[in-house]
Amino acid sequence: MLSVLDTIWTVFLHMFRKRETVQYPEEKPYLPPRYRGRIILSRDPDGEERCVACYLCAAACPVDCISLQATETEDGRRYPEFFRINFSRCIFCGFCEEACPTYAIQLTPDFEMGDYQRQNLVYEKEDLLISGPGKYPDYNFYRVAGLAIRGKGKGEGENEMPPVDVYDLVP
Amino acid sequence: MNQVVQSLLIVGGVLFVALNIAAGLIWLERRLLALWQDRLGPNRVGPFGLLQVLADVIKIFTKEDWVPPFADRPVFVIAPAVIIVAVLLSFAVIPFAPGIVVADLNVGLLFFLAMSSLGVYSVVLAGWASNNKYALLGGLRSAAQLLSYEVFMGLSLMGVVMMAGSFRLSDIVEAQRGLWFCIPQFLGLVIFFIAGLAESHRLPLDLPEAEAELVAGYHAEYSGMKFGMFFVGEYLGITVLSAMIVTLFFGGWLGPILPPIVWFLLKTFVLICFFILLRASLPRPRYDQLMAFGWKRMLPLSLVNLAVTGGVLLAVG
Repeated sequence: MLSVLDTIWTVFLHMFRKRETVQYPEEKPYLPPRYRGRIILSRDPDGEERCVACYLCAAACPVDCISLQATETEDGRRYPEFFRINFSRCIFCGFCEEACPTYAIQLTPDFEMGDYQRQNLVYEKEDLLISGPGKYPDYNFYRVAGLAIRGKGKGEGENEMPPVDVYDLVP
Repeated sequence: MNQVVQSLLIVGGVLFVALNIAAGLIWLERRLLALWQDRLGPNRVGPFGLLQVLADVIKIFTKEDWVPPFADRPVFVIAPAVIIVAVLLSFAVIPFAPGIVVADLNVGLLFFLAMSSLGVYSVVLAGWASNNKYALLGGLRSAAQLLSYEVFMGLSLMGVVMMAGSFRLSDIVEAQRGLWFCIPQFLGLVIFFIAGLAESHRLPLDLPEAEAELVAGYHAEYSGMKFGMFFVGEYLGITVLSAMIVTLFFGGWLGPILPPIVWFLLKTFVLICFFILLRASLPRPRYDQLMAFGWKRMLPLSLVNLAVTGGVLLAVG
């Protein structure tokens, strides 16, 4: 019986506690930097697209919402001809970000993407590309990778040894 | 002629105020529950979210009113009306202030008890006419709960009647001029309060609806305004119950400085808030616990209260 009265009194005292409610549109909630929200495509520090159109994100996507087409510049750099994410299917699982070998595709702390038309939720490359490097400011794939492109031969990347002619080793 | 106009005004006024309070309680309850759960509650529609009431009313009026094909149609339609009629009729005997009462019956208290018993039919009939096992279980529970709590609801008030020497509610209020009955009849107040909670099947004693186990109990099949009638009936129920407790135990309209009607409304408001506080804090007891509590604790206690009050009154003279 006493515990009942105690309960009532405790609940009554909650009247003077701080409110837990976040009044959303006026007051934004805190989202940590690694929050999985709207997907973007980042650029490397030189301002070039990071995406090399390897299709790994599209393969990793459990709901098949990523669609792209690879092509190549005369320099030998691969890039997507088009890159399309259908956000009406996307479940923001972040698998594409984990699959990406070049840190190109990244999830950002932004969820305000509501729309009245489904078609508007299909984001093209222009909508996805941002001007900066996102969460990895110094990373440049072509600088560390062994791939030869114009202006950088094999073995000229960072922390890389010049290639060895294996036929030299033949006795 | 003047007399007729005046009584019509009182009837209209009481009806208007009662129904508006019932509607306003939708908002008040949600705000207060939020207050006690560290939330804010509805605060978007209009100032302090007050227009939420309007939005809710528009919503409930424009919802599809669906009568299931397997239901017993006439009874299904009448059941929600019964509770509203019964509760509104009990407002007739409540003296809001000297002279402001629809019918100052000399058996006012008995009339109130009769009307609260009639309200039981609504729940039982709704549960039966829905032709649905959960609704039937809800109806069954409410029949058992309300009948067993009715027994000592009447008994707990007899102490008040003995002290006032009248069944007329305005006489009972006048008899509290020296001392409110909540002090000499404290036990009666507690028992009547619990019984009233069970009668209006409000949380924590809302076993007839028990969302967690019976979907929504007796009103599981109701929709639109028919459901709204049960809803309004419940809010009218707590309003009338609070008004009765104020009348019987807290000196009705009596109080210093402020006009009598203000005192009455103020006391009723505080009690309604207390009902909502109970909802916010207490869990629902199990069905058998409720029955055992009613018959093994409350009934003997109310008999003791009756005997002691009678004995003391006889001894004092």
